[in-house]
Amino acid sequence: MAYKGHKINPNKFEVGQIKIFLLVLPLVILTGLPIVFIIFHAFKPMEELFAFPPKFITTNPTLDNFRKLFKASRTAGIPLSKYVFNSLLITVSVVFLSLFFSTAASYALSKLKFKGRNMMMQINQFALMFVPVAVMIPRYLVVNTMGLTNTYWAHILPLIPLPVALFLIKQFVDQVPQSLIEAAYMDGATEIHIYFKVVLPLIKPAIATAAILVFQQVWTNMEASNYYVNDEGLKSLAFYMNTLSSGTGNTVAGQGVAAAASLIMFVPNLVLFCILQKNVMNTMAHSGIK
Amino acid sequence: MSKRTKISRRENSNKAGYLFAAPYALLFTIFILTPVILAIVLSFTNFNTIQFPEFVGFLNYINLITGDEVFMQYVLPNTVTYALIVGVGGYVLAFLMAWALANLPRVPRTICALILYSPTMTTGVAMTVLWKIMFTGDQTGYLNSWLMELGVINEPIIWLVSADYLLPIVIIIGLWSSMGVGFLSILAGILNTDESLYEAAAIDGVKNRFQEMFYVTIPSMKPQMLFAAVMQIVGAFQNGQIASLLAGNPTPGYAAQLIVNHIEDYGFIRYEMGYAAAVSVALLLIVQVFSKISTKLFGED
Repeated sequence: MAYKGHKINPNKFEVGQIKIFLLVLPLVILTGLPIVFIIFHAFKPMEELFAFPPKFITTNPTLDNFRKLFKASRTAGIPLSKYVFNSLLITVSVVFLSLFFSTAASYALSKLKFKGRNMMMQINQFALMFVPVAVMIPRYLVVNTMGLTNTYWAHILPLIPLPVALFLIKQFVDQVPQSLIEAAYMDGATEIHIYFKVVLPLIKPAIATAAILVFQQVWTNMEASNYYVNDEGLKSLAFYMNTLSSGTGNTVAGQGVAAAASLIMFVPNLVLFCILQKNVMNTMAHSGIK
Repeated sequence: MSKRTKISRRENSNKAGYLFAAPYALLFTIFILTPVILAIVLSFTNFNTIQFPEFVGFLNYINLITGDEVFMQYVLPNTVTYALIVGVGGYVLAFLMAWALANLPRVPRTICALILYSPTMTTGVAMTVLWKIMFTGDQTGYLNSWLMELGVINEPIIWLVSADYLLPIVIIIGLWSSMGVGFLSILAGILNTDESLYEAAAIDGVKNRFQEMFYVTIPSMKPQMLFAAVMQIVGAFQNGQIASLLAGNPTPGYAAQLIVNHIEDYGFIRYEMGYAAAVSVALLLIVQVFSKISTKLFGED
């Protein structure tokens, strides 16, 4: 029988898919193992952390490591709640402002005509290649010159412009039919109105996707805490968790605490992604660079 | 006012466009564009952060190419190896995985994609502790203990200090976390290819899935392939930082010193900002070269 072309995105399991599972599963397992390991390790009691030969699976799970993590911050002078507060404040501000500015700019780039529009689009597309670590020094100089050092702004402002977020949202706004916007305009809606009432509701998947990307950037960011702020009370949770793992992670007892810290940083990311994952695939369908 | 004039007035108005684009454009200019320009300017100076930068022409670049033995002997070869395996290899891997997953039903596909993507959520850096535990240098380390039990090695290997193993470890970690946004973009691209294209291709003589991959799937989703390639390169270079977190900066014997670590070394440890800026510009150029190649491969002609 002649080859008929196979079906992408099948609806149900078929025998032919076994080959594909055999191809995918080893890599999926290898990728997942380190994460499973961190989860096990975070709940290991002292005896099991010291067990020799070392054990992968935890037999008597305990919350000791998490308790120690809280205690460590109490003795350090700055309560853990302060770091949590800092990170929440920073993350919420960046995500909100970044999405607000990116969606507004996307609307302008996609649906409004103004001088310099093409240039802005091209520069942003070029900036997809931007590697933040490459310019950490001049970035530090900019933050310093603006007098942002030792303020929350040093955490927030540099992370608001995210070229990928603008790019993905703009690609999505392109899908909003021009006629819809013109109709709203005929009904007397202002640009602000159209942006809030017509465009934003239609591009929810792109907003959700950008939210995930921005969140990932901010939540784990340590650049600001490392270089822009000296005041311990202004540093982020990610920074504190990292000092735990680099400071105590070298001792066996500290490893459990460090694993707990990594887990605490990882879980919010995972939860957010799981909730919003449907939107991600929808947005990525329009992600191509033409 | 008539419909026509209303619409044409809207189409020609600049004001609203500027207003909506301004906040993003302003912050983009300050925190992305200015640092890049500043890096280029500083790369022509001698700057120790205390005195005003002193113009030195191409001296930093000349030093980089002719005088910096560490750069030529370790950093550049390491970076090229790393970029080829994690950037290019990781990209091919991401494509193969996305292609395979597209051939599975929705539920197992979503679960597998989530697991493959999950390392990106840990952003490498946050997982430093994990790798430290795995690669502990004595017999209490997990990898050592397993390998000794299996009889592969007799003595524990001091992974993170050994010049032989450090770069491969950094590469493995890079590959582990290489299924990021690019991977998702490719997956979405494959899932959205037009089904009728496959039927037409089969009539035209395409015989198997691999021919299909090359003649139908890839050509029909070039824009996604290009986007993914750019994301992959940027991600690979961004993750290079992990070497100094695992083994300190400079890494033992410069074994896993990547260009990112070199910048850190000169910028924040030696405070030779002008020189560090020249290295930054070199990095930006390397990324450029990779993305030029990608555009050649997948760009619209």
